[in-house]
Amino acid sequence: MLMKNQQNQTYKKYVEARAKKSSLGINFLFAFLIGGLICVFAQGLLNLYTHIGLAEETAKAGVIITLIFITALLTGLGLFSKIAKRAGAGTFVPITGFANAIAAPAIDSKAEGWILGLGAKIFVIAGPVILYGTLASVVYGVIYYIVKLIGG
Amino acid sequence: MGLITLQNPPSLRAWASVGGKWEKEGPLGSMIDFSDESDKFGQPTWEKSESKMQNTALKLALMKEKIQPSDIGAVFAGDLLNQCTSSTYGLLDFDLPYFGLYGACSTCAEGLMLAAMTTSAGYYSRAAVVSSSHFCPAERQFRTPLEHGAQRAPTSQRTVTGAGAFIIDANCGTTRITQVMAGKIVDSGISDVNNMGAAMAPAAIASMSEYFTASGTKPADFDLILTGDLAREGSEIFCEFMNKRGFDMAGVHKDGGKIIFDENKQDVQAGGSGCGCCAVVLAADILPRLVSGELKNVLFMATGALMSPTSIQQGENILGIAHIVRLEGGNP
Repeated sequence: MLMKNQQNQTYKKYVEARAKKSSLGINFLFAFLIGGLICVFAQGLLNLYTHIGLAEETAKAGVIITLIFITALLTGLGLFSKIAKRAGAGTFVPITGFANAIAAPAIDSKAEGWILGLGAKIFVIAGPVILYGTLASVVYGVIYYIVKLIGG
Repeated sequence: MGLITLQNPPSLRAWASVGGKWEKEGPLGSMIDFSDESDKFGQPTWEKSESKMQNTALKLALMKEKIQPSDIGAVFAGDLLNQCTSSTYGLLDFDLPYFGLYGACSTCAEGLMLAAMTTSAGYYSRAAVVSSSHFCPAERQFRTPLEHGAQRAPTSQRTVTGAGAFIIDANCGTTRITQVMAGKIVDSGISDVNNMGAAMAPAAIASMSEYFTASGTKPADFDLILTGDLAREGSEIFCEFMNKRGFDMAGVHKDGGKIIFDENKQDVQAGGSGCGCCAVVLAADILPRLVSGELKNVLFMATGALMSPTSIQQGENILGIAHIVRLEGGNP
């Protein structure tokens, strides 16, 4: 048993060493370019929304809603995954990644019905982000509160 | 010990293949009997599409030799989806005694092995083997929702959308199954679902080495040694280790996962996988070449990665298996 374990360890190391890795340089470049383009587009939207007279806070919410809408639409049309295959973190990190993570399972689980399908599975990918994001904000809030108390 | 030389080698009487868009666009495209550009096969859900592929594959195989479903003693079938529902819903209409198999990507060989043994033993005069996989329901079950935007690891494999059906006849014919050897379950310590080739290669190496020793043959005795679906990564590991053991696979080895897609033109990472992969490669490419006489002696070994999304999430290793079926063409 011990020998088998050692053999497996050796094999695992060999496999990991020979496995072709994703090309970091190209991935970084595409993530930077496409992610950057999304940010430029968002900034453009913000300028547009404030230009037509929205208050800055409202305009910011409008930008986010627009990006979420476009992502959901592209996801539904089957185009988002094609872009994301190239863009990687470029589409994943902005709000677009989160929107896609909700739209994709919603479309996917439609066949299992509105309740047990779409309703239950819509947060299958985004769920952990929401849960631990909320939890982290609570922890952050407590720390902030204590620091404020001490710092006066 | 596990090697069985069939006393009355049964024949492969008829076969058919069904494929999706990517498979049709691949190197074997023109030889696939039926395909659907939309991958839907006229069905509202992906799961039903896969069932429809199984149904169509068996129908086509029966039609080719004008065999009635009632002439079939039993059907051995399997797929990748939970509880093998693609097979059960797909084969319901045929009203046949059914054996449901789960061998992951090795299912095609497992079915051929069992059909060959039961017909050779005289229990059935004819048996059918069907196996299938479909990219879309497999993604849903094993990976992420279809439209989720993510990047794939270079060692990952693409599930083949395809099905193959084979009719095994107890009467000796020109394309025969002469030997079968069931593989053993192998744990090689790999738990990376993006590197199934590496997880299955040790099982392939173990089965193949045992086969050569038990049968007293060597790689050069065969026109073709077809593995499936080790794909690029698994094939390289397999050949390297076989070489070290003194079995030179160069020139004789090919892999179903590499044949079915064009690695350079299609974005498939390491190659294809799934119960449909080997089935389509055999039915569309290998068996016709056995009939034409281009190939005479083929060793077919299908490998499977035995795991479930639950076992992976719980940190279990991916277990491998490799079943061997020897195919011979020409007059007995």
